[in-house]
Amino acid sequence: MISTDLTIILPEIVLAVYAMLALVVAVYTKKDGLAGALIWTTAALMVVLAGWIATGAGGTNLAFGGMFVDDGFSRFAKVAILLSAACVLVMSQDFMARRDFLRFEYPLLVALSAVGMMMMVSAGDLMSLYMGLELQSLALYVVAAMRRDSVRSTEAGLKYFVLGALSSGLLLYGASLVYGFSGTTLFSGIIQTTQHGEVSLGLLFGLIFLISGLAFKVSAVPFHMWTPDVYEGSPTPVTAFFATAPKVAAMGLFARVLHDAFGGAVADWQQVIVLLSVMSMFLGAVAAIGQHDIKRLMAYSSIAHMGYALIGLAAGTEAGVKAMLMYMAIYVTMNVGTFAFILMMERDGQPVTNIDALRQYAKREPGKALAVLILMFSLAGVPPMLGFFAKLGVWQAGVQAGLIWLVVASAVASAIGAFYYLRIVFYMYFGEDTDSQLDSNNSPVLWGALMASAALMLIGVFYQFGVEGAAAAAAATLVN
Amino acid sequence: MIGIEHYLTVAATLFVIGIFGLFLNRKNVIILLMSIELMLLAVNINLVAFSSFLGDLVGQVFTLFVLTVAAAEAAIGLAILVCFFRNRGTIAVEDINVMKG
Repeated sequence: MISTDLTIILPEIVLAVYAMLALVVAVYTKKDGLAGALIWTTAALMVVLAGWIATGAGGTNLAFGGMFVDDGFSRFAKVAILLSAACVLVMSQDFMARRDFLRFEYPLLVALSAVGMMMMVSAGDLMSLYMGLELQSLALYVVAAMRRDSVRSTEAGLKYFVLGALSSGLLLYGASLVYGFSGTTLFSGIIQTTQHGEVSLGLLFGLIFLISGLAFKVSAVPFHMWTPDVYEGSPTPVTAFFATAPKVAAMGLFARVLHDAFGGAVADWQQVIVLLSVMSMFLGAVAAIGQHDIKRLMAYSSIAHMGYALIGLAAGTEAGVKAMLMYMAIYVTMNVGTFAFILMMERDGQPVTNIDALRQYAKREPGKALAVLILMFSLAGVPPMLGFFAKLGVWQAGVQAGLIWLVVASAVASAIGAFYYLRIVFYMYFGEDTDSQLDSNNSPVLWGALMASAALMLIGVFYQFGVEGAAAAAAATLVN
Repeated sequence: MIGIEHYLTVAATLFVIGIFGLFLNRKNVIILLMSIELMLLAVNINLVAFSSFLGDLVGQVFTLFVLTVAAAEAAIGLAILVCFFRNRGTIAVEDINVMKG
């Protein structure tokens, strides 16, 4: 029935209708004067929707003949997406307003891309997968080029557009082959053709193309080349957004395709994911060593972290998916805090991204420096912090699945990668003083986000706010 | 007799031409947009051929979605390109190099 279908996708409809209405209202009234208010209402709406989805009816509901799946997995991912997008929106207001590019389109484009991400993690069909992915990507291309008067921002947008379109093309070609060789676009139909005996060569080709397209979206090596440039060129609030919600959505979609559509052919895709994972971890760890721009550094850091999260997927088990979901939830929390700090880095009102400016920061701002220390240790995976337990989770899943050498490789990569996180800490506490010091920016929102994120990295070790149980339940609904 | 293989071969050829157009082209960003369009159209040929071969309409529905999204994608690409041209004064591929990857 159409009314039950519509009830199931009501959260998406509400957000999409809100974004379109707000766009019309803003165009016909005060335009950019409304931007501040729109940021807060969009963020509030996202938080409300996240609460609604988290507390709503349980179970697995199919809408539109199985094209849209509302299950524990999609609900977990949607809550993470909506909450992180809301945090990043609220954090960007002050930064954008002071640099005079706070436009009313920004919160609405973020809301529309969030609708796309919610579609992605709920996709039960190749068509809804594609539509969700494109809705998300098209909005992201535009926000990357948000600063229309800046060469770097428009160049980032152009690079992201060209490479993103290429990845959509690869994904789509894979989708067409999968459709042709399985005779259906529904994931529930595709899994039936892969469960009986051999996977045909055409289907395997389609799967590889699909994986390449998705690897682009999660920025796994060898499809990572857009990441550093887009992270560096985009305005910092936009970079913060790129590093959080879209990553969760892309990983969620990846898990959904591999388990829901190709769950019967784990052996066929496992080796591909292992390869992506190893290359991402090592490239992310090694290439970041020479970087002094903190946004580029975070780009390589995100490549490496996607490599660790992919270990969970490569395991191909329920424990692996659970570990991947926990990893993404913790990664997003760390990134919100880290980017809150990067947004505070400025001198004479201009944003600074060179890490040399952090020398002796601990003397001037001991509180913030301590929070950054906790976050950097957590990103590096140093034991008492939550980031270590995220890695431990994927390692356990990997060992259980017999991927011991992958786990060993990832431990080596994380030891190499620890260097550049610890270098930031070293500069802050022991670096030689420079005359180019950072101003103290005390925006309460950014300060709160930084401190809350750092505190969670410590509290989370003892008390996980039910996230672990939710992740386990989510993984159980996906893998069967 | 023209069978499904012929359609798939044409589509694969067009798709590869599109990919090569993206990577080998050193002149103009507009050519990149044309290459992307070529890739998406190759996919459409694939989908329609499979749809007709399988006797299943879903493939043609998919094609309509792809066509619509391709139009939106081209519009956004051209809009970003216009912004880039205003700042940089050129749309040559080799000039997209303010940031080194």
